[in-house]
Amino acid sequence: MTGMHGGQIAIVGASETTEIGVLPDRSMIQLHAEAALNALADAGLSAADVDGVSTAGPMPFEVSHHLGITPRWLDGTMVGGCSFMLHVRHAAAAIAAGAADVVLVTHGESGRSRVGAGAYRHNPASPAGQFEAPFGALAPYSTFTVPAMRFLHDRGMTRRDLAEVVVAQREWAVDNPRAFRRKPTTVDRVLDDPPIAYPFTRDMCCVVTDGGGALVLTGAERAADLPGGEHAVYLLGSGEACEGPMMSQMDDLGTFGAFRRASAEAFATASVSHDDIDLLMAYDAFAHLPLYMLEDIGFVGRGESGAFIADGNTRKGGRLPMNTNGGGLSYTHTGMYGMFAIQEAVRQLRGQAAVQVPGVEISFVQGVGLFFGAAGSLVLSNRRP
Amino acid sequence: MAGGTVPMPTPETAPFWAGTLAGELRIQQCNSCGKYYFYPRPFCRYCQSGDVVWRTACGAGRLVSYVINHRPVPPAAPNEPQVIALVELDEGPRMMTTIVGVTPEPGSLPLDGRVHVEFEPRGEQALPVFRFSAEAA
Repeated sequence: MTGMHGGQIAIVGASETTEIGVLPDRSMIQLHAEAALNALADAGLSAADVDGVSTAGPMPFEVSHHLGITPRWLDGTMVGGCSFMLHVRHAAAAIAAGAADVVLVTHGESGRSRVGAGAYRHNPASPAGQFEAPFGALAPYSTFTVPAMRFLHDRGMTRRDLAEVVVAQREWAVDNPRAFRRKPTTVDRVLDDPPIAYPFTRDMCCVVTDGGGALVLTGAERAADLPGGEHAVYLLGSGEACEGPMMSQMDDLGTFGAFRRASAEAFATASVSHDDIDLLMAYDAFAHLPLYMLEDIGFVGRGESGAFIADGNTRKGGRLPMNTNGGGLSYTHTGMYGMFAIQEAVRQLRGQAAVQVPGVEISFVQGVGLFFGAAGSLVLSNRRP
Repeated sequence: MAGGTVPMPTPETAPFWAGTLAGELRIQQCNSCGKYYFYPRPFCRYCQSGDVVWRTACGAGRLVSYVINHRPVPPAAPNEPQVIALVELDEGPRMMTTIVGVTPEPGSLPLDGRVHVEFEPRGEQALPVFRFSAEAA
């Protein structure tokens, strides 16, 4: 009997699109296809081996048909940028249950060039359309950011704590040739950037890019026989949770219940503790998110997140290296960054990261979706327990 | 949306929007558990009871969080930073809104400052917006 956790399901293929950043010559669906073919090659598998397809954005059958795959299992779960954490979790359950053998998870988004991408649709009759959008709460930078002042105020923290997040992550990006923002910066420089939505300045907001990524999952027994088997990454545990679609209706502006619940389930199912984590990938569309996550996941106590980052704990040589690709703030952000957080965790566990952390064995990946809407957490390892 | 997006009421929210046109901030209260809740729906968000009533809120509350949007959307002018605020009503519910009658800068927007509701026309509707109360000045 195979279970979904405890290292019985493996990521055997993982790849981003060959290039990321500004790709006006590739459409959204082609970014999915390019990432998928790269990931299959990485796994040593072909499209014919795939019998499960997951994606968010386009429908799974748009991606599978485009690639010439006939799946017997589909997952179109769409909860924003953390959809891919949920896809990994759902794929693991499906493989464990025998509903699929090889699952392909794809992401592609022409977030910057908008080639072959759908238009944003505003619904003035939805709850958010009636009670939030009329006040200007439409774009991510002016909506997802609204609770941050309360978070900072209640902890005696300031905008400098937001800037420290940017500086710590930029340090990783400087040495990563694929990162979009690579210029070293300082807290004062970040605070002096053009304001986007006070307290947020430009570099406290993610980059906007084109790109894609894909994963191939299968059972650990089968993984051992594959060419990609020697660099397999195992799913130890996972969790998913949600709250609601409106910032004004958060249960508490200073903590996100879905981070707390998803991460707690991931730790419980993985049977590991915070001290076992060698690397944290914390989805950072905006600079306040790693602060919320560090506290809500329980890596630090309430009000300690700012000092934890400012003291260098998440930088090179720190206790908890975080967002080692540079994160959404510096590396890339196509619109749904979750796939890239998983890709970096896999690279670090394989020892193939652009800026490699020595000795990474267990990585925690925390995603967030549709502002403070949903969350997905993964615990990944390069060893089967 | 040259004048900003206009809320489109649904059957469940129509009494709220009728209230703003009449100069009243109407929210719902549950007769079973006693809690006020927002946004409108014909059952309690906390205990799912259908025994709920419309009340006119006192219109007072406090500013709990905000951003100052430097890429404003209509009806704000392109060079006019826009305050997007969260206000917690004295009855408990929290609403997205804006703060009027202040310069859009952090020093003018004290968190926990007392505010009270006003209504501003938006298309054929009226939006609840808030202004700092005299005692907070």
